[in-house]
Amino acid sequence: MNWLLRGLRSSVGLKFVMAVTGLLLFGFVLAHLAGNLQIFAGADQLNGYAKSLQDLGPLLWVARGGLLAIFVLHVGTGVMLARRNRAARGTPYAVQKAIDSTHASRAMVSTGVVVMIFVVYHLMHFTLGVGIRPEFHDWTDPQGRHDVYSMVVAGFQQLPIALFYIVSMLGLGVHLSHGLASMFQSLGWNQPKYRSFTRLLGIGITAVIILGNISMPVAAQFGLIELPEWNPLVNGGN
Amino acid sequence: MKLTLRIWRQKNAQDKGGLETHQLDDVSPDMSFLEMLDVLNEDLLEKGTEPIAFDHDCREGICGTCSLMIDGVPHGPDRGTTACQLHMRTFKDGDTLTIEPWRAKAFPVVKDLVVDRTSFDRIIQAGGYVSVNTGGAPDANLIPIPKAEADVAMDAAACIGCGACVAACKNASAMLFVAAKAGHLGHLPQGEVEKKARARAMVHQMDEEGFGACTNTYDCEAACPKEISVEFIAELHRDYRKGLFSGR
Repeated sequence: MNWLLRGLRSSVGLKFVMAVTGLLLFGFVLAHLAGNLQIFAGADQLNGYAKSLQDLGPLLWVARGGLLAIFVLHVGTGVMLARRNRAARGTPYAVQKAIDSTHASRAMVSTGVVVMIFVVYHLMHFTLGVGIRPEFHDWTDPQGRHDVYSMVVAGFQQLPIALFYIVSMLGLGVHLSHGLASMFQSLGWNQPKYRSFTRLLGIGITAVIILGNISMPVAAQFGLIELPEWNPLVNGGN
Repeated sequence: MKLTLRIWRQKNAQDKGGLETHQLDDVSPDMSFLEMLDVLNEDLLEKGTEPIAFDHDCREGICGTCSLMIDGVPHGPDRGTTACQLHMRTFKDGDTLTIEPWRAKAFPVVKDLVVDRTSFDRIIQAGGYVSVNTGGAPDANLIPIPKAEADVAMDAAACIGCGACVAACKNASAMLFVAAKAGHLGHLPQGEVEKKARARAMVHQMDEEGFGACTNTYDCEAACPKEISVEFIAELHRDYRKGLFSGR
């Protein structure tokens, strides 16, 4: 297996790792979005979906472990590449201009950091229920299920949280707009006849991810989704 | 034309170096960029100061020797043009231009604007060749090669090895150079046999020399005086990927 490790440690090999882990993470983002959009079908639908995930039991932990490993690999490889790339320049230019490169392509590290900060916050907020209003995490609906719906709506009704999510999703979108198109190039799938397709795919998918994800905090802010009547906050509680 | 030039001066590889400002009052718009530097150097010689060292050879855009970062863009603002073929009419009277050497750890500065690009030679030595003896130049049309394929090989072979791709890349990556050199061989029957091993050997040597990795920003393609396409980088990635899982 030495050949594989040596091959993957080269600059091209590390890009393969970035591309493959990036694709897997992107798949997760899509599936996650599809799951979350069920909020527009009401509390019953979303809480039922959440319960079906919880009921996976050990499988859920396998999925979470796999996801964490992919995430760590993606971030770790990114850090390695960024350090090598920084070292490769040596003395910086007094003047350097971008010619054809997009802002997104030059800002992968910064947008990546935005996404990483967001992921940590998001996990604390919704998955672990620590730090940020932990009592939201203990709510249940009339069927006794974990009340994900109320937790999301109550969270997004707070302007700073909604804004933070919206900004983070813009960061994720910019990251993906370059990352997705770039994946085809890194894996050597790019061909002249695909070039306009991959570019469009990058932009199109990015729009879906951004609009889909920000639709939830925006809907909560404008009162399009509201807390259900069973929620303790509704009757002036909490 | 009147110009203000901010030019990188550095005595030798050990010197720290810095930007030095010079004024030129009578620049003809018909001069090439290098001729403009010649005029400045004559001024400096008359004043008894050391002229500015810069690389140049053919001055007709085919040797790849000139290597000037002009106002933040390799070879200056004209597309598909080397610095020697860039003319002063591109600029405006009263402009201030910053002239720097290529910046890369793998291209150490020798003096002023001259950098050492032998790292490129070592990448070629690592795999940029055909290792079977192909004999003398074959007769024309002895080995039939489709025109479209021959054209692609020629597009890659247009690389003059100047290093503008490295200079433009935010990561100082040599991917476009490596891809062009591997690509022009890989598209012809003599070179195709070894393309996977070649991709591996050249990429590993590129890393060894301290060049960065490709982030697919494509500023290399934009800076290339021979306008070599980044499609060759995708091809190199493809050959490297296939080579990773095949062979011994």
